[in-house]
Amino acid sequence: MNKILLVIQREYLARVKKKSFLIATLLTPLIFPAIMGVFVWIALEEKENQSLRIIEVIDETDLFFMESSEQYAFSSSDGDIDAAKKMVLEGERYGFLYIPKMDISQPGGIQYFGLENPSINLVSYLEGALKRKIEDQRLYEQGIDPKVLKEIRTDVSIQSITLGEEGEEKINNATVNYALGFLSGILIYIFIFVYGNQIMQGVIEEKSTRIVEILVSSLKPFQLMMGKIVGIGAVGLTQFLIWVMLIGTLSSVVMGVLGMQMPQQQAMEMASPEFAQASPDSSELASMLEVISGIDFVALVGSFIIYFLGGYLLYGALFAAIGSAVDSPSDAQQFMLPVTIPLIVAYMGLFVFVLQDPTSSTSFWLSIIPLTSPIAMMGRISYGVPFWELALSMGLLIGGFLSTTWLAGKIYRIGILMHGTKPSYKTLWKWIKSSQ
Amino acid sequence: MLQISGLNKSYERHQALTDVDLFVPKGVVFGLLGPNGAGKTTLIRIVNQIIEQDSGTVELDGSTLSPEDIRKIGYLPEERGLYKKMKVWDQLIYFSRLKGLSESEAKVQIKGWLDKLEIGGWKDKKIEDLSKGMAQKVQFISTVVHRPSLLILDEPFSGFDPVNAELIKNEILELKEKGTTVILSTHRMESVELLCDHVAMINKSRKILDGTISAVKRSFRPEVFQIALNQLKKDLPQEWTPKLTDENWVFTLPLSGKTPNELLIELMEYGEVVVFKEQVPSIEEIFIHQVQTAADE
Repeated sequence: MNKILLVIQREYLARVKKKSFLIATLLTPLIFPAIMGVFVWIALEEKENQSLRIIEVIDETDLFFMESSEQYAFSSSDGDIDAAKKMVLEGERYGFLYIPKMDISQPGGIQYFGLENPSINLVSYLEGALKRKIEDQRLYEQGIDPKVLKEIRTDVSIQSITLGEEGEEKINNATVNYALGFLSGILIYIFIFVYGNQIMQGVIEEKSTRIVEILVSSLKPFQLMMGKIVGIGAVGLTQFLIWVMLIGTLSSVVMGVLGMQMPQQQAMEMASPEFAQASPDSSELASMLEVISGIDFVALVGSFIIYFLGGYLLYGALFAAIGSAVDSPSDAQQFMLPVTIPLIVAYMGLFVFVLQDPTSSTSFWLSIIPLTSPIAMMGRISYGVPFWELALSMGLLIGGFLSTTWLAGKIYRIGILMHGTKPSYKTLWKWIKSSQ
Repeated sequence: MLQISGLNKSYERHQALTDVDLFVPKGVVFGLLGPNGAGKTTLIRIVNQIIEQDSGTVELDGSTLSPEDIRKIGYLPEERGLYKKMKVWDQLIYFSRLKGLSESEAKVQIKGWLDKLEIGGWKDKKIEDLSKGMAQKVQFISTVVHRPSLLILDEPFSGFDPVNAELIKNEILELKEKGTTVILSTHRMESVELLCDHVAMINKSRKILDGTISAVKRSFRPEVFQIALNQLKKDLPQEWTPKLTDENWVFTLPLSGKTPNELLIELMEYGEVVVFKEQVPSIEEIFIHQVQTAADE
């Protein structure tokens, strides 16, 4: 046991002391905010530099009055098409919208002329505006007053509430649940791949530099393997915890700054829900915050850590076994398939099934089978999972990593002493079966 | 010291050790000889508890080998290496602690060895920044740092430059003086004759020879004498195939049932005997002869 601790310590310190670890750990949490910051900055710059784009409109139907926006202004004229085109060519106008005489029950023939390809933004803006006008016009022709029409238009958002077994009510928000499931599932997927690979590289390093025979004369191969898996896992956990703390600090700083700039009304809405109900448009944010505050973070983080570690240990043992069987990373490719396929199935399953419908039977099985459950179950947890399913899934996961570790141990202790031979799946099977 | 009896080990397709008995007395340098694939490494790995025997026993100091014995054994495998990115000092601490030394004990030992081999100034360097010769010294220290009573060296001189090989040879002899038992597995016969008190030879999974160097040599004495004569009184028989070199007629003769004195008297009739010397085979010659005999069978 003492020797496993020594291995864990060495594996941990050898990685944590590296400069690359420090850089990756400190920079990664900054990358996303930085990228977003750059986008926001570019967008703001663009807005400042952008002059209002004027679009000439020739409307032969006389039905359309285009409302100007922040970006686009419209000037109507009765002039002829050629004159308008000339204005565009000479740069007086950004573009020219031509609405020919038409039957509005079958609109068609509307054209836009410009010097450059219009952005999707502009096209959909124009189409949206025209569509609304045509619809309004047709409703008006049916005898509906535009005023009535304006009053009828409403925004609806459904508040979803789950009823607990004891009748307690919990406000849900599909967006928040989706985001949480998505994030935690992806994190586990990335973690398994990145740190699983590190285990494999580490085993190959010890094997190819021939350190391993010295090591196994001092401790059992199984101790060496477990020490490496646990040590590298601890590195990952450290990195993860530093990220959580950094992101936590960063976002509270950002929130603080944003909070100060937030308009008075919105801030008040967030502070008291009564205000929010008064104006439905901006209540979305407030309700999200309410949902977030209602989530049982202890349970979420707790199960995240269990699946995070369980999944890592399960796959880590397999990565160690692969590393022990080969002489170089390039030889490892042939054995990667049985490891990558279930991981990719879990990853795809998370998007295609679990996040779409967390209670479907596919989602259920994906979150029960140990090879896929670490990723799939995280997609379900924020939606609420019955206790027995969680217990079954976690129990199977523990059983799963015990058996992969046992299997890997058998391959490992023979593999690390084999040099110069390229084993096949058949040889691996023989190693597993052999008692020595 | 080390008592091996009835050791058997087979792998999937071949028998690596067949009924091997071996006794290594305390405080000797014991040469373990044999061609590649004879089973030496398997034997060494069993003693190091890296693999398990199918049957037979290994006893160290009178009791069956147990995990606690790891501390008593120092092992330098034929295939060896160090962590390239780890500092010399950290690396030695790690290896000695894995062998069971406490941290404070490890520090004292390592410092002593680094100073002895004059690489103390390099302790904070990474192995990848060291010359090959220096890395080899570190490797040797990692093998002996926990003061093992049994040192197992598998091809210790392969990969060492001549200067370092000499240094390691002297260290081995010094450790022997202090009572360490050394098992030396090697192809380099000259080092065997210089260093070893005792040899055992393994070929095709079986032990074919065992004993002190002098006893082995004695048992393989082919009873052939080297002879040189001059001032011939009569012609030498043609079947002796004599050759004239530096005015001497040089040839070899087997005893053929005679005593050396009888042969000498016979020779004196032919002329003046200037050389009359028994031909003693080198360990290398015995080794090659034994392996070839086995191959012919």
